[in-house]
Amino acid sequence: MNGIALRRAPSFGEVVAGHHDRGSLVVQPRMGFADPTVMREGLLATRDARASTVGTITLDSYTRVNDHQAVRHALATGAHLNGYPLVDRDPATTMAMLDGVITQQFPVQVRHGSADARRIVRTLLACGLSATEGGPVSYCLPYSRMPLAGAVDNWRQCCETLAAARTPDVEPHLETFGGCMMGQLCPPALLVALSVLEGMFFWQHGVRCISFSYAQQTNPAQDEEAVAALRALIPAYLPHARTHVVIYTYMGVYPRTPRGALRLLASSARLAARSGASRLIVKTTAEAHRLPTVAENVAALEHAAAAARGVERIDAVQDTGIYAQAKRLVDNAVALDEDIGRALLVAFAAGYLDVPFCLHPDNAGRTRGYLDNNGELLWQRIGSLPIGDLVDLPHSERMSSADLLNALKYVERRFDHTVEGGDLVLDAAHEHRSLISDHGSPT
Amino acid sequence: MTLDFVRAPLPVRRLSVVVTSLSSDAHTWNLVFLQMLLEEMGCRVTNLGACTPDEVIVRECLARRPDLIVVGSLNGHGLQDGQRLIGAIRGRPGLATTPVVIGGRLDTTGGSGGQTSALLLEAGFDAVFDGAAGLGTFRSLVRTLAVGSGAPIDVT
Repeated sequence: MNGIALRRAPSFGEVVAGHHDRGSLVVQPRMGFADPTVMREGLLATRDARASTVGTITLDSYTRVNDHQAVRHALATGAHLNGYPLVDRDPATTMAMLDGVITQQFPVQVRHGSADARRIVRTLLACGLSATEGGPVSYCLPYSRMPLAGAVDNWRQCCETLAAARTPDVEPHLETFGGCMMGQLCPPALLVALSVLEGMFFWQHGVRCISFSYAQQTNPAQDEEAVAALRALIPAYLPHARTHVVIYTYMGVYPRTPRGALRLLASSARLAARSGASRLIVKTTAEAHRLPTVAENVAALEHAAAAARGVERIDAVQDTGIYAQAKRLVDNAVALDEDIGRALLVAFAAGYLDVPFCLHPDNAGRTRGYLDNNGELLWQRIGSLPIGDLVDLPHSERMSSADLLNALKYVERRFDHTVEGGDLVLDAAHEHRSLISDHGSPT
Repeated sequence: MTLDFVRAPLPVRRLSVVVTSLSSDAHTWNLVFLQMLLEEMGCRVTNLGACTPDEVIVRECLARRPDLIVVGSLNGHGLQDGQRLIGAIRGRPGLATTPVVIGGRLDTTGGSGGQTSALLLEAGFDAVFDGAAGLGTFRSLVRTLAVGSGAPIDVT
């Protein structure tokens, strides 16, 4: 509606960089409601939360798979949708929903999960939005049956569409989901490498403002090492892009108790603050049970912001080889072809990139991650990954279905069933460096 | 000892199982777990993965003629998508009597298990497993099928 105001909205990357320079972690929800009135309320509540925030419009899962017939049927019959159906809403409706919501300090990002986001990208630009997320590998292998080559071609077009929308007033932003993949049991070096490779793909196809994700895993010290590796690799491979790092609060099996959920959220906020990341995508206490309400999202944003406040950035991390492995994986892949998209296809076909526990037909499926006794996420098998000289593999390759279940529920178990004062136990890896607890956080 | 003696000269016949998701469901950790569990029990598993369209499931099952089809679903659309799928499977003469079971989180409420199970059984599934509590029953069913087909199976 207010087209001029929307076009003048500052770029997503610029706002995040401003907060980062002021020492403040940006927190952001996953939030999507089918009803524009509720969606607007959610965005305003996000903006008004006691935290440095940016807004999110999460799309529904029918839109994710381009089943627009199902979306229109749901809209016509009033059936439930698990997100905002951006593509099938009239852009005028979306722009009215956003009118007065977006400000100089409050940009809004569209989150979806689609291997073919071409219509989503065209529509969000038509609605005056310019920030989204995804990637040719990270939105194909975990969620889709689409051949990787198809997703690479789709995401090339998405990048080109975003790049073509750049003006002196608008700098489109794209975040890679590569640092998450299946959410669990993918050793950090591969998450870091995929994040970097997808960012390079975005850059090659014209996107100039890029964020790199890393999803919290199972061991705080290992996560800090991984984020440090990611932050070191980004300027080496993308020296001219405007970039930042975004942390996802744990994406695996989530604690079921409110207390466990809040502890895990707080530990991810500390990870982000300590490692110098700029932004955190939070999880709520409802995560293990259902889609969160607006109030639950706001509570999560404020809890995370409070947990991050005053936490000092670390200047040194352990070196267990994550940087060297990630760099090898990236170098090996980009040497395969000047075109990053083709390089990704060749690398996956040969198993030089191979995501553990991913069932997609274009993933070789010869690698496996496991948790050691300290909760460190390590390689059990590396298949054809070119890191044989950089890792010590365990003697046993055995993993039973019960072992798998145990590993998948490791974080849930630890955070739900820790005794009083257990934050010190959870952050045991840091005890020699800091003794941070939840006590300063709101309940 | 006797069993080993009898079994040893016979060609190994393993219970053949197809594991699959449903058309709108992208969850795969449940499928990975089921595959490992079934392989531990001695089954030969074909895992069709995430977001599997009905026609792909029917085509793969017609080609493989499995002893058992296991459908796992967690996104809450298991009732609708499952009813549609079992209709497509039972509509093929070659698959009319193949054991087909479904399990996971099958509706959006999480509380209407009894009714959801009844509807899925009525639609043509041979068994419905609700939540992790159904795992023991699921193992028993696999063992029963294995014994019935003469396939050796790990009963530990």
